[in-house]
Amino acid sequence: MAYSEKVIDHYNNPRNMGSLPKDDKSVGTGIVGAPECGDVMKLQIKVENDRIVDAKFKTFGCGSAIASSSLATEWLKGRTVDEAYKIKNTDIVQELNLPPVKIHCSVLAEDAIKAALEDYKKKAAPGAAQGERAVAQAK
Amino acid sequence: MKFPIFMDNHSTTPMDPRVLEAMLPYFIEKFGNAASRNHQLGWEAEEAVENARKQIAKLINCDAKEIVFTSGATESDNLALKGVVEMYKEKGDHVITCMTEHRAVLDTCKALEKRGIKVTYLPVAKDGLVSPDDVRKAITDKTILISIMMANNEIGVIHPVAEIGKIAKEKGILFHCDATQAVGKIPVDVEALKVDLMSFTAHKIYGPKGVGALYVRKKGPRVRLVPQIDGGGHERGMRSGTLPVPLIVGFGKACELCQQEMPTESKRIAAMRDRLQVQIMENLDECYLNGHQTQRLPHNLNISFAYVEGEALLMGVKEIALSSGSACTSATLEPSYVLRALGVGSDLAHSSIRFGLGRFTTEEEVDYTAKRMVEAVKRLREMSPLYEMAKEGIDLKSVQWAVH
Repeated sequence: MAYSEKVIDHYNNPRNMGSLPKDDKSVGTGIVGAPECGDVMKLQIKVENDRIVDAKFKTFGCGSAIASSSLATEWLKGRTVDEAYKIKNTDIVQELNLPPVKIHCSVLAEDAIKAALEDYKKKAAPGAAQGERAVAQAK
Repeated sequence: MKFPIFMDNHSTTPMDPRVLEAMLPYFIEKFGNAASRNHQLGWEAEEAVENARKQIAKLINCDAKEIVFTSGATESDNLALKGVVEMYKEKGDHVITCMTEHRAVLDTCKALEKRGIKVTYLPVAKDGLVSPDDVRKAITDKTILISIMMANNEIGVIHPVAEIGKIAKEKGILFHCDATQAVGKIPVDVEALKVDLMSFTAHKIYGPKGVGALYVRKKGPRVRLVPQIDGGGHERGMRSGTLPVPLIVGFGKACELCQQEMPTESKRIAAMRDRLQVQIMENLDECYLNGHQTQRLPHNLNISFAYVEGEALLMGVKEIALSSGSACTSATLEPSYVLRALGVGSDLAHSSIRFGLGRFTTEEEVDYTAKRMVEAVKRLREMSPLYEMAKEGIDLKSVQWAVH
C-alpha cells in the first residue's frame, strides 16, 4: 500500500515520541487497543491550568497508527482540556489522507485522546486518590 | 548493491536470463500453434512443447505424458481437487487437507463444501508440520482425496509427504500435493513421494508467470479427472486451450536449470539464510523463529519480532522487498492464518516477517538486510508501549486490553 507523504513524514520523524511520568497528578494517560489486534497506542498529556502543555505518545502498530498518534500529540499541545475533546478521528483521516482500510487507526487515536483526558480529569478531581489510574491495569 | 533488494522469493522470482533467451524465438519467429498438425510452424511449436514437457518431467521423475499444462498452480490445485471430486463422487464425498494449505487449496475446498463435499482440515503441530498419524485417523470409507502441500509458502516447513503418500497408497486413496514452493528448490520425486497429482508453477523457479503444471499419474493408479475447462481436448482432454508455447519453453528451461544447479544452489542459499538468521537473532532479543528449525526450505526464514508491528517494520526497511504476516498487509485485517494454526499468538503473528532468498541473492544483500532489520526493530521498539511495559516487568498477557 502506498502511504501519503504526511504518514511517511510522521513515521520517519515522529513528533513527541516518549513518555511522561504517569504517576504525576498533572499527567493523564490513555492506553487503547490490544496487541492481538495489531495496534496499541499510549497517549499522555500534561495539563497546567487547564491547558495541555505537553503531550507524548508511544505506539505499537502500522505506519498509519504511528502517524495518527504522532499527529494527535501535535494537535493536543496548547489546547485546553475542553478543546482537546473536539479533536475528531475524521480530522485525522483528512490531515493524513488515510485510506478506508486505515480509518480504524484514526479512531484509535481519538479513543486514546479521550482516555488520556478522562484519566487526567479523574486524577484532578477533588478527593481523587493518588496513584489510582485508569491505565490498563493488571488483573 | 541494487535497490530494492528482493527478499520475497516465495511470492515470485525474477526470470533467469537464460530462460528468457530460450523463450524469445517462440514469440515472433516460431509462433505456431502446437495443435496445428499440418504445417512446419505447428510442428516446431509442438516439438518445443514436448521438449519442455520432458525437461519438466525429468525434474520430478515422471513420464512426460503425465504433465498437464495450466495457467499456474492455482489452476492446477482447482483442477486436481474439483476434477477428482467430480470424477470419483460415486466412490465417496470426503476430502482431507490441512489448515495451513495455500488459499488456492483452502478456497477450492470451501467451494467443494458448498457442493456438499465434506472436508477435514487437519491441524498442525507447533512446528508447523502435519502428522501422518492424523491423516490416517481422519480417513473414512468415504475419503476420495488427500491434499497436503509439500512445503509451506509462509514458514517454509516441509511436510512428511512420503509418509502420507504411503498411507494414501495403502488405503487406495488418491493423493494430491501442492508442491509449488518445493519444486526446483529441493528434490521432489513423485515416485518416492507416492503422489498421484502434484501442482507446481514456473514463476517460483525463475521461469515466466502464467504457466503451471499438474502432474497426473498414468499408472498405478491411472488417475482420471473431470476437466474444468472444455474446448479442443488439449492435454489429454484434461485442460483445453491453446498452449502458451513461449511460456512452456521457459518453464522447461527453468526446470532444466533447477535440476542442474540445485545441489550447489540449495547449499549456497541455505548458508546465506543461516547467516541472515544468526545476524538478526544475535543482535536482537525476543525474536522467534516460526516453523520447524531444520525441516524447512533452504531459502525460507520467518521470524516474529516481539513488540513491533510487521507493516510498520516493512515501512522502516522499504528499500527491501519483504512480506509480513501482519493483518495490515492483508485485505482481511486478520493476521496470518498459517501462524495462527501453529499456535502463534495474534500479537506475534502481527510481528512476523518472511524472508525469501533466491538464486540472485548476494551475501552483501543478506548482510545489509540483517543490519537494516536490526536498526528498524530497535527504533520501533523505542516507540512501542508494549516494549516499555515489558521492560517495566509488566506481564502483557495479564493486562486487560480493550479489544476493538
